Amino acid sequence: MILVARHALRESLRRRIFAVVLALSVLFGALYAFGAHELFKDVSGFAGDSSGLDAKTLAGATILGLAMFGSLFLGSVLAVFLTAGAVRGDAETGTLQPLIVRPLSRRRYLAGRLLAASVVSAGYVAFAYLGAVLLTGLIGHWWPDNVVGSLIRLSGAAVVVSALALLGSVFLTATANGIAVLMVYGAGLLAGLLGEIGDAVPSHSLQRIADIASWALPFEQLYRDALRELVGSAHGVTGAIIQLGPLGGSHDAGPLLLPWAVAYVVLATLLAAWAFTRRDV
Amino acid sequence: MLAVASLRKRYGATEALRGVSFEVGPGELVGLLGPNGAGKSTLTKIACGLVRPSAGSVTVAGAPAGSEPARRVLGYLAELFRFPGWCTAGEVLVLHQRLAGSDGGASERAELLELVGLGGEDARRVETMSKGMQQRLGLAQALIGSPRLLLLDEPTSALDPAGRRTVRDLLGELRRRGVSVLVNTHLLSEVEHTCDRVLILHHGEVLADGSPAELTRPRGDAVEIAGGTRIFEGAAREDAPRIVAELVAAGEQVYSVELLRSTLEERYLEVVT
Repeated sequence: MILVARHALRESLRRRIFAVVLALSVLFGALYAFGAHELFKDVSGFAGDSSGLDAKTLAGATILGLAMFGSLFLGSVLAVFLTAGAVRGDAETGTLQPLIVRPLSRRRYLAGRLLAASVVSAGYVAFAYLGAVLLTGLIGHWWPDNVVGSLIRLSGAAVVVSALALLGSVFLTATANGIAVLMVYGAGLLAGLLGEIGDAVPSHSLQRIADIASWALPFEQLYRDALRELVGSAHGVTGAIIQLGPLGGSHDAGPLLLPWAVAYVVLATLLAAWAFTRRDV
Repeated sequence: MLAVASLRKRYGATEALRGVSFEVGPGELVGLLGPNGAGKSTLTKIACGLVRPSAGSVTVAGAPAGSEPARRVLGYLAELFRFPGWCTAGEVLVLHQRLAGSDGGASERAELLELVGLGGEDARRVETMSKGMQQRLGLAQALIGSPRLLLLDEPTSALDPAGRRTVRDLLGELRRRGVSVLVNTHLLSEVEHTCDRVLILHHGEVLADGSPAELTRPRGDAVEIAGGTRIFEGAAREDAPRIVAELVAAGEQVYSVELLRSTLEERYLEVVT
């Protein structure tokens, strides 16, 4: 398993995926720093507002929430790139067969691919998120409430996407799987927005649809729970505005979310392994 | 080493294999012939565990095909395969050494690359290799860990005549080492010259099984006399002394007698058409 994971990681390095991602991330970081600087400068005039609005917290949470969205999206794209063709795609190109005729079980092969994709995607998300936290803190002098809690949830979301892409790779060609997973990703985020609308209207049906979708696609729930971890202590007007959020608001998913996310990844991987062992290649 | 019994494989409505049975003994070199779609690749893939049979059984060194013990003793070269372009030849072999649990190290890699005609190409990237070179590398990869059974699916399809000669020599060397080989190919002349036994597969059934000599038939005797070569159609080896005696009695000078046999190609075409 470790051998397969190392091989996949080396492939990422040799194909200069990391170099490209790092270069784009530096660019993203520079733009983010510029945006954060301008935002904190603009909201500094709100200080002492009688409405009870905590402008600095609002600005910090909002822009960091945007960075989290961007980080998770890019991490998910990485996960999809690394796993979309893991089974059927690689079988069609003839890359898979020489490996799995070796005394390496198909389960271990899949576990290795998942490990590599998880390390890269979750690692990237963590790197980008912590970079954004650091920039926000240094520029705006605002730090989130629970950096580690958000980090775990956001990185976990990338692992969930990796597991979904791996599962899809057993059934779909690389291109079809990549498109499908990114569409599912979009659908998950859309479900979160629907839930927000359901909360605001309020609509019980929309809330229910959003709830089911969020648990069926827990990366979305993890993302929203990570947003909540940012500003758990913000209340009043500030808390209400932050909760709405620009790209899916924060949401308290409760204590079952993390165990469910772990179980979800395990189940998706087991299902992929079960289907792969029955697949002719 | 390889035992195939009543093997069937169905893909939807298509039956690719219809009760195939045969064995490959230790050190035996068996050629698998048949037209496209005959089921040759399916058979090879079942033997190495890539495809599951619908019925029947395949064992490799006594273990069910696809099981870990079976995969430990076999080497496989797929008809269509690709190594990562970013890898060097040496890295491909290192990866397969680790996967196969081979402790041959650098000396095994150097020996195998030399054996397939890629000596000194250890540091060359796969993406810079020609198709033929990649096929040679595929052969070297299949030989990692000194397999007891080698399954080769069209190993010479991308090779030039020199490369085919290398493969032919390699097969001879493997036979000397006692490796069992099942080679699936369209090159009948190579099979005729290198294999101990030939199986002709057609529509998922074994239609012929025997040594090249058994599969080819006596076609007649060719006798060289002063006026040229006379062919005695249907004559067997036993008829040669009588024919020579009659010719000499008739005043002809006999320079040579050659027993004519049908080629494997003729036999193959007879079976599959």
